[in-house]
Amino acid sequence: MTGPATIWWAILGLAVTTALVKAAGPVVFGGRQAHPAFLRVVAMMAPALLAALVVTSLLSDGHRLTVGADTVGVAVAGVLLWRGRSLVLAVVVAVAITALLRALT
Amino acid sequence: MRAQLWAGVRLGLPYAVVGFVLSMSFGVLARQAGFSALQAIVTAVIVFAGSAQFAALAVLAGGGTPLAAVAAGTLMNGRFLAMGTALAPSLPGGPLKRALQGQTVVDSSWALANRGDGTFDRWLLFGTTLPQYVMWFLGTLVGAFAGDVLGDTSRLGLDAVYPVFFLGILLAELRSPRSRVVALCGAAIALALVPFTPAGVPILAAAVAALLGLRR
Repeated sequence: MTGPATIWWAILGLAVTTALVKAAGPVVFGGRQAHPAFLRVVAMMAPALLAALVVTSLLSDGHRLTVGADTVGVAVAGVLLWRGRSLVLAVVVAVAITALLRALT
Repeated sequence: MRAQLWAGVRLGLPYAVVGFVLSMSFGVLARQAGFSALQAIVTAVIVFAGSAQFAALAVLAGGGTPLAAVAAGTLMNGRFLAMGTALAPSLPGGPLKRALQGQTVVDSSWALANRGDGTFDRWLLFGTTLPQYVMWFLGTLVGAFAGDVLGDTSRLGLDAVYPVFFLGILLAELRSPRSRVVALCGAAIALALVPFTPAGVPILAAAVAALLGLRR
């Protein structure tokens, strides 16, 4: 069982590493002119990592690849976002569909 | 400067509303994993990084050590290194001032402040993050105390909130044909690694897809 002290250490540790990671880029590269190829690579970091984040949260459970009620809910939300609907609407629809499918199965 | 700050606050509001629901689900899940209400709220205030918080929480809930939880959360935060590096030339001041400004980066604010030519509107960045920070705290506060009433979040479908949030930011990033190819490659790399690597690694490895940016 996870004790209170264990949890506090995890919280403090994660706070410190998060602050360091966020500070590293600006401190090391601040004020310098970066190479254009470097900037192009960095500009592609967001699509690469965000896509990975979305598909792994939707299609994996631990080390297994799975499809669940949330996959369907988020897929419908994705279509809404693609068609220019608001993020808030998309989230509400995703949650409603996911909850409904889970209630039915 | 002031106009850009307020423009950012307005742009950040929809993300802040969704962030409220997201952090509420974090508060609920954290209580279920053995966090006190205070611990859940302190996490939101001093970590303020959604994906890292959820990754670390999953490790702790699965019985992992604090070190393993911090490692998983830190791996998830790897993208902030790249984001901060891209942002660096747009931030003025000495090392300490730049380090502090770098703390304001969250996924949506970084993407929205990106002018698309390698430079960033830093006041738009600060403004976009501001409402998200306030709502992140409030959502966790509600979740941490309402968790006992709400019960099982799986039944409520609250786990669908988090992927939609990141999907919304991703779609805003897919303006150029190249970014679409990169996103597809990143997704493929991550899914291929899921069965074989520790949690957090598939997402970090997907960063390799960004090397397609080396091509003119």
